[in-house]
Amino acid sequence: MTTTSALYDSLVKIVGKDFVSDQKEERYFYARDGGLMPPHEPDFVVMPKTTEEVQEIVKLANKEKVPLVPKGAGLALTGLVIPQRGGIVLDMKRMDRILEVNEKARYVVVEAGVTQGVLKSYLQKHHPHLRHSIPDSPPVATIVANAVIHGQGRLSQQHGFNSDMVSGLEVVLPTGELCRIGSCSVSSYWFSKGPPLPDLSGLFLGWFGTTGIITRLGLKLYPCKKMRDVMVFLTDKAELVPDILLKLSHTEMIEDVVVSAAPLPLRFKGTFWIMAYITGDSDEELEFKRKMVWDALWKYFESRDLGFLSVSPDMKAPLMSMPSKDTSRFADVSKGGGFQYAGPITPIEKFPAFIKKLEEVAAKYNVFYASTTRLIGAGHCMMFSFSFSFNRANADEMARAKKALYECSKFALEEGGVLWKADIYEQKLMMDKMDPNTLVLMKKIKQLLDPNGIMNPGNWEAK
Amino acid sequence: MPLPELKFDKTKCAKCKVISCLVKCQYMDFKDKDKAKKEWHKLINGEDSSVLEACTTCYACEEYCPYGNHPFYLIVERQEEKGILPAPRPTITMWINQCQPVGRFLVGKIEERALSYCFLPQFNTLVKGKLFDGIALSVIFGQEFFCNAVYLHYAKASVIKDRLPKIVENIKNQGIKELVCLHDECYGTFTSLAPAYGIDMPFKPIHYYEYLYGRLKELKDLIKPLNIKAAYQRNCSARLCPETDHYVDDIFGLLGVERVKRKYDRENALCCAEIFRMAKGPALADDVQKRNIDDMVKFGAEYCIFNCPACWDSLAHRVVKQGIKPIHMIDLCKLAIGEEQALRLPELAAEV
Repeated sequence: MTTTSALYDSLVKIVGKDFVSDQKEERYFYARDGGLMPPHEPDFVVMPKTTEEVQEIVKLANKEKVPLVPKGAGLALTGLVIPQRGGIVLDMKRMDRILEVNEKARYVVVEAGVTQGVLKSYLQKHHPHLRHSIPDSPPVATIVANAVIHGQGRLSQQHGFNSDMVSGLEVVLPTGELCRIGSCSVSSYWFSKGPPLPDLSGLFLGWFGTTGIITRLGLKLYPCKKMRDVMVFLTDKAELVPDILLKLSHTEMIEDVVVSAAPLPLRFKGTFWIMAYITGDSDEELEFKRKMVWDALWKYFESRDLGFLSVSPDMKAPLMSMPSKDTSRFADVSKGGGFQYAGPITPIEKFPAFIKKLEEVAAKYNVFYASTTRLIGAGHCMMFSFSFSFNRANADEMARAKKALYECSKFALEEGGVLWKADIYEQKLMMDKMDPNTLVLMKKIKQLLDPNGIMNPGNWEAK
Repeated sequence: MPLPELKFDKTKCAKCKVISCLVKCQYMDFKDKDKAKKEWHKLINGEDSSVLEACTTCYACEEYCPYGNHPFYLIVERQEEKGILPAPRPTITMWINQCQPVGRFLVGKIEERALSYCFLPQFNTLVKGKLFDGIALSVIFGQEFFCNAVYLHYAKASVIKDRLPKIVENIKNQGIKELVCLHDECYGTFTSLAPAYGIDMPFKPIHYYEYLYGRLKELKDLIKPLNIKAAYQRNCSARLCPETDHYVDDIFGLLGVERVKRKYDRENALCCAEIFRMAKGPALADDVQKRNIDDMVKFGAEYCIFNCPACWDSLAHRVVKQGIKPIHMIDLCKLAIGEEQALRLPELAAEV
């Protein structure tokens, strides 16, 4: 086995000494994320610039059987890029080129380090009539990592998970081969991640970097209307929310639907805020969509169970921002910067049960809570967040938040939900519940692609 | 402690020949005076009345009543007694929770004379410059000083009766002797609503129009006539203090502003109607707003002058689309003395 020092030298040879570190500062930083998972230090942090460098690093790690964890911005909060067994963290930030925008086929090809914020700015400047589905994570979140965790964003109501919007992949396999997935494997165009070919993107999306390293990604772009607006409805009856969501999606007029629930600020107390975003190229188009939304929900408005809130520009501005800043604000409610959420993907009919559980658990563990629900697809499912904020300097509060989260995750699973960007504990919960044959299939795929088990070990480890 | 009771004099209504409260209503059809009388007496006597459901809560009948007998406050009392919801229940819940006192006293450097920002942050933008020399720091803001009159829109007189005495006490405890109310809903509360419920005022409320008029006279050497034609946007709470309306003419006179003689001004004014949207849905609100703005256009208004920041939020972007410049009264005064407009047009449908 190569010595640590020899490994360092080899990595330096690949990327240059400025982009490899085994220093305490970097190892400390790359050992943790903003959530509740315990830290674990890597041995090296490496920042490649090119796909070829990534290949070289992977080949080296595979040969030496050194764990390898590809990392975007590390914002999943569930420890997905904490190197559970040390090894190399591969920070992809330097691979930050936007390689192509195809206006007519409406897709963009980006390198793995391109962030949501950069792509948003780039499109606004160069292709203002195109947009992508922006998630509510901070702008430094990367496009690739968000797709890998099956993120959701502003266009999820119309187009599903952000990973559904992937239109092609370039992947370095755990054994070092470079592989293209989708139309780009047989064509110079990146318009489809699968169809009409066998869809191999499923070998990489949702696997949290355990089956390969995505170095390039094609992402579908969508028409960017000139104007947006948000309509805010309120109800105090959780049991009505699923039908309200269905009615909104039935209009086929909505960009995005988000439901907020929180005891504070006081204006949120006792009501669920349902925010329906609409877009248009003209006042007439917006007005038509507003009317469609009103018509869809009129029954509940008339029965006085659903209110409408005319929001002032001051209130509207934060609701309109992309990404929403509410998450960051909530993250510091308890002061001390701790925040984590369990975000099961679940049928929308579960909303009332999940809200009830959230309130129960928050009271039981005395933790501050909030919830944001995002409609995915035409009522096909929702992401429901059980969110808790905590003070990182308060170990007891962190422990209570952790217990609260796991109780919510277990509950969500029992209720038929599937845990989103699950941490290693939650992954085990799901694998325990999973169809055994599915689990065997996952294991076979993992062994086939990563025979030495070097990729992000600890995650999706089927026994 | 029992809640204060509305001082309502049945005998005044019994003698009333005009029933202006209903006959003049812009939203209910009571042209037939006998029908109006019958309906009003049902309401007085606590019987079911169509008025309770149909009322848009525009406040105007408070102004129409020749006896100052508070017909609107009675409607609100009756709506609450009968559990009638003028707006959807969650909207009412949201308002009650949002403005609930929480013990956060947001005050500046308080002196005996102070400004009330109500619960409207826009005043933080508006209160600048020479008009407010010497008083700009003497400010109260937030839930602890919020007049609570908004619950008139939501059939929650009980909330007003519960909170208002404490609010008055909070203001008194700041050592304030004279309170310049920048939101005239506060002024209307202290000069109309509170007395109607027998709540004494331990300080003197001053309408900010009176304050502005006084300051403009002091600064008259700085005034350069604006020579503009303006539509005045009267707000709902102006109905609680119609005696202050002459200050609009007085101020306009000083500034060289012509108040266009349009259909929907003064007693016949249309409110911003955004409350209607939340209470009754978009159809009525859209209709009222359209009629109001069309009227401004028809009578050649170049500017729309706002009294209430909430009206500004509702209508400013709409009047602009018709080529009319929106401006708050405070900013109008600033323009005339060579200062800049502070409250700018809100962004409506933000770009992606």
